[in-house]
Amino acid sequence: MTEQEFLEYVQSGGQVETDDWMPDDYRAKLIKFIEMHGNSELMGVLPEREWILRAPTLQRKLALTAKVQDEVGHAQLIYRVVEDLGKPRERCLDDLVSGKSKFHNVFHYPTETWGDVGVIAWLVDAAAIISQKALLKCSYAPYARIMKKICWEESFHILHGRDVILTMMNGTDEQRELVQEALTRWWGPLMQFHGNPISKEEDPMFIWRIKSQGNEEARQQFLDGYVPQIWELGLTVPDPNLRKNEDGVWEYTEPDWAELKHVVTGHGPQTAERLELRRTTRAETEWVRRTVLSEAA
Amino acid sequence: MGAPDRFVRSGVNVYEVFRQERKGQAFQHAGSVAAPDSAFAEAYAREQYGRRGESVALWVVPRDSVLEIDEFVDELQKNYHRVDGYPLKEKLKEARERAGTAAPADR
Repeated sequence: MTEQEFLEYVQSGGQVETDDWMPDDYRAKLIKFIEMHGNSELMGVLPEREWILRAPTLQRKLALTAKVQDEVGHAQLIYRVVEDLGKPRERCLDDLVSGKSKFHNVFHYPTETWGDVGVIAWLVDAAAIISQKALLKCSYAPYARIMKKICWEESFHILHGRDVILTMMNGTDEQRELVQEALTRWWGPLMQFHGNPISKEEDPMFIWRIKSQGNEEARQQFLDGYVPQIWELGLTVPDPNLRKNEDGVWEYTEPDWAELKHVVTGHGPQTAERLELRRTTRAETEWVRRTVLSEAA
Repeated sequence: MGAPDRFVRSGVNVYEVFRQERKGQAFQHAGSVAAPDSAFAEAYAREQYGRRGESVALWVVPRDSVLEIDEFVDELQKNYHRVDGYPLKEKLKEARERAGTAAPADR
């Protein structure tokens, strides 16, 4: 099979298994994309972890702990897929803690209040599930298969987040204010989440059918699904230009792409602190991995 | 299968995990786990594919034990046991013309 034939195969909906021949560029793009997804799952638990001990009720504490466990589980599934493509998990973790590889913009920001926890679980997970659902048709079949389980778990994480938000919105003025402040803080990063509006025909991830939709398509889907849900609670989206046109397309203020680039290249407000925590815990648990391997040997 | 094991950390093997969602349904490939032995493979598979009640049973199989067959050569063109061995359209058209009848839908 030539590279051109492979391209036509995936573009016509064909899927590839681990042992099938694939062009080097496709393999490299897959590794980069899937590794960043794994990194994001692993780093994404840190903003929530900070609130486990401060969760307002036992039920919330349990739910948050379970969500953290789920997300780390996703990282395990995803790194396993990367490993089969040729990059061992330990090297993924080396590159993560050294800042060589990236993770999603939203996980570089602080979680200031319980309102942020609700907004993350509801809207960040909502934005993420839109991207992840588009991966169910990924041309690399082993990745598409694990995405089924991941999407299933994300669907109740969103409910957990929405439940946190609804509870606060039905509470005191102070609680409503916490939610509004959190939404205001998170709106910028949420609008940047799906990436710049590069046309999908020019997006290598779409060309190889790793993703099945373009960035702007994903953002429009997010706005269409969630802005009405935000508005119906009496919350204000901090963008005076946000509106849905008659043709059904959402208009909005251009997201701050410079901020996105700055943050994902390792300069977010919490980047250094969270990577340091990852480095420390990795070193502290080294003996566990060593013991497991030697016990079994 | 088997080749990608070369990428895995030393001391661990890959086990393929198949899950059954409900009793009576077919087991479907879900993913894989990398583990130093079958006891760890079981623990990881339980954690990663059965923790939330999403499966009623799992098959955890060492990747090396999976015998994959993906070539099915049809040297003798035995199309008489397949639907595509019976292209009736042209013959039916000719038979109708001979009998001077139209297709049932046109009558």
